[in-house]
Amino acid sequence: MTAPAARPSRRRITIGKLLVTPAVLAVLLLTLYLWITHVRLDSIERNSLQGSQVRLYLWQQIELTAVSTFFVLVIALPLGILLSRRFARPAAPFAVALANLGQATPAIGLLALLTFWLGIGARTALVGMVAYAVLPVLSNTMAGLRAIDPAMLEAAKGIGMSPLGVLGRVELPLAVPLILAGVRTALILNVGTGTLAAFAGGGGLGNLITAGITTQRTRVLIVGAVLTVCLALLVDWLASLAEVELSPRGLEVRQ
Amino acid sequence: MAETTAVTATTGVTGATIELEGLSKRYPGSPQPAVDSVSMEIGAGETVILVGPSGCGKSTTLRMINRLIEPTSGRIRINGEDVTDIDPVKLRRRIGYAIQSSGLFPHLTVAQNIAQVPKMIGWGKQRIKDRVEEMLDLVGLDPREFHDRYPRRLSGGQQQRVGVARALAADPPVLLMDEPFGAVDPITRDHLQDELIRLQHELHKTIVFVTHDFDEAIKLGDRIAVLREQSHIAQFDTPEAILTNPADDFVSGFVGAGAALKRLNLTRVRDVGIADFPSATVDEPLQAILAGLRHGGVNELLLLDRRGRPYKWLRRGDLMRARGTLARAGTLVTHTVSRDATLRDALEAVLTDSGGRAAVTGRRGEYVGVVDMETLMDSVHQMLEADRLTALEHQEELLEHERATRPRDGEPQ
Repeated sequence: MTAPAARPSRRRITIGKLLVTPAVLAVLLLTLYLWITHVRLDSIERNSLQGSQVRLYLWQQIELTAVSTFFVLVIALPLGILLSRRFARPAAPFAVALANLGQATPAIGLLALLTFWLGIGARTALVGMVAYAVLPVLSNTMAGLRAIDPAMLEAAKGIGMSPLGVLGRVELPLAVPLILAGVRTALILNVGTGTLAAFAGGGGLGNLITAGITTQRTRVLIVGAVLTVCLALLVDWLASLAEVELSPRGLEVRQ
Repeated sequence: MAETTAVTATTGVTGATIELEGLSKRYPGSPQPAVDSVSMEIGAGETVILVGPSGCGKSTTLRMINRLIEPTSGRIRINGEDVTDIDPVKLRRRIGYAIQSSGLFPHLTVAQNIAQVPKMIGWGKQRIKDRVEEMLDLVGLDPREFHDRYPRRLSGGQQQRVGVARALAADPPVLLMDEPFGAVDPITRDHLQDELIRLQHELHKTIVFVTHDFDEAIKLGDRIAVLREQSHIAQFDTPEAILTNPADDFVSGFVGAGAALKRLNLTRVRDVGIADFPSATVDEPLQAILAGLRHGGVNELLLLDRRGRPYKWLRRGDLMRARGTLARAGTLVTHTVSRDATLRDALEAVLTDSGGRAAVTGRRGEYVGVVDMETLMDSVHQMLEADRLTALEHQEELLEHERATRPRDGEPQ
């Protein structure tokens, strides 16, 4: 009798979900590699596309994404939780407006402005990226917490949970799906805006793209762009797996 | 009220007394208080139903008992201890709480839901595990089947059972229930009500139960508080007294039509006189049965089967025509009632039976006696009369009490 209950939980991640995206990415990258190693490159292209150089940019891009997402979480999660508490409700519109401002400003303009203020370097790029990606996590955290049936919170309180207990044992687990969706969006945004870090001297795959443009070498640009796209898709795929795995069981089973 | 406490206290009560004293709730910005000075004493092990129209403040009153809503003024005492100012979280862990549509946590399994309160008050793992099994058993759910289920895979009635199990898991002396059966279909609701009665029979908790359904109130309550707006108590009395002697038009309007019929639900067959009736078993020789009929001076008897269960009604004429065998004589007994059946069920059986009487059976279906129309009518009349007298007394007491506490109210005639 317990078997039917256990079966769906074991098969949360389907084989299709697990294999399709990596397979597509592998084909894409292999094609890119074969193409770039079989065409004749001039010296500028060869210089730009040195293996060690590309690896460094790729690693910088990953680092930028990870660090900026980390700070986005550190800022947006507690803020979202705080703003959904009853006493802070009046402040919520202002905070969301501010976060909106961060996202509405064109990222490249924001970075340019920040360079005047903070100078050139990875730090400046990170500040810009964080400002740009706070909104989805913040608004999703708040939406997730607000979507919970007040009667359920009342029940939690009624059986004797402390306010922290209600938050940790009921509210956050129930908001996890929406929060994770926000985090996933932020991650993708960060891979994208990470390419703009090059303008602020922050490194990353943006260097390949800008180099491709300034030296009018389309192949360099294509390598930078394709690698960025692949990285974005890979991150999105990993995030989707995490979303499925971390969402509380019991929320997915509907009658 | 003191008597009720004393009586129930002798029968292994695990509940606690609840005293509300001038409990009020006033929300800022509204001219009228939502609840205006409720005073109520609830005995240990008693089931008290708060019933009233929507918006009368019955839920607010209930939630002030576990201080989900903080009272603006007044005191709450549980088992004599003033809990108005203690830490509300600690208070709530001592009070079971069940609400409409169960309020189960969808991301936790049934077992985890039930384990919440024991976990919070620091029980050991094994003790919690055993308790969860015990609670599932208690509310009639098979632990092996339901232990690891998620609430969304349960029917409404099953969810409600888990909700009650969760409320009772830490064995609180007091159980608050806020329209717990409001969201399930009528048949399931009926089952759940029966279950609750059975549970309360075993556990003797102090239950405060909010509903807007007066029939539910009659069925479950030891006493019923009929509330009007701002939680003013229109009448606080036993179901019998409220049915037979509503305090005013508001209460009688709430009782609705058919009070006498509803009264039948409150009495069991065992409480009225079960009459003897001449009977014989199928094993007795026909001659002996005939002789019995003749000497007893009766025209009819009840034939029992080999296990002593009612089988056939036999008239004198049937016996004459029987010619040595009883196989085709008499009319089969179609309706019997158990001793625990309500008088309403008995009336139903009597009305459908051709002879105007119904056989009463014991626990294993064996014959114990009959009820007929006459007995029913007599006992109902007696009951109504007795109810009326006690209710009058109660009412007088209540009026005196009101006169003493609230002199501005003119008492209704």
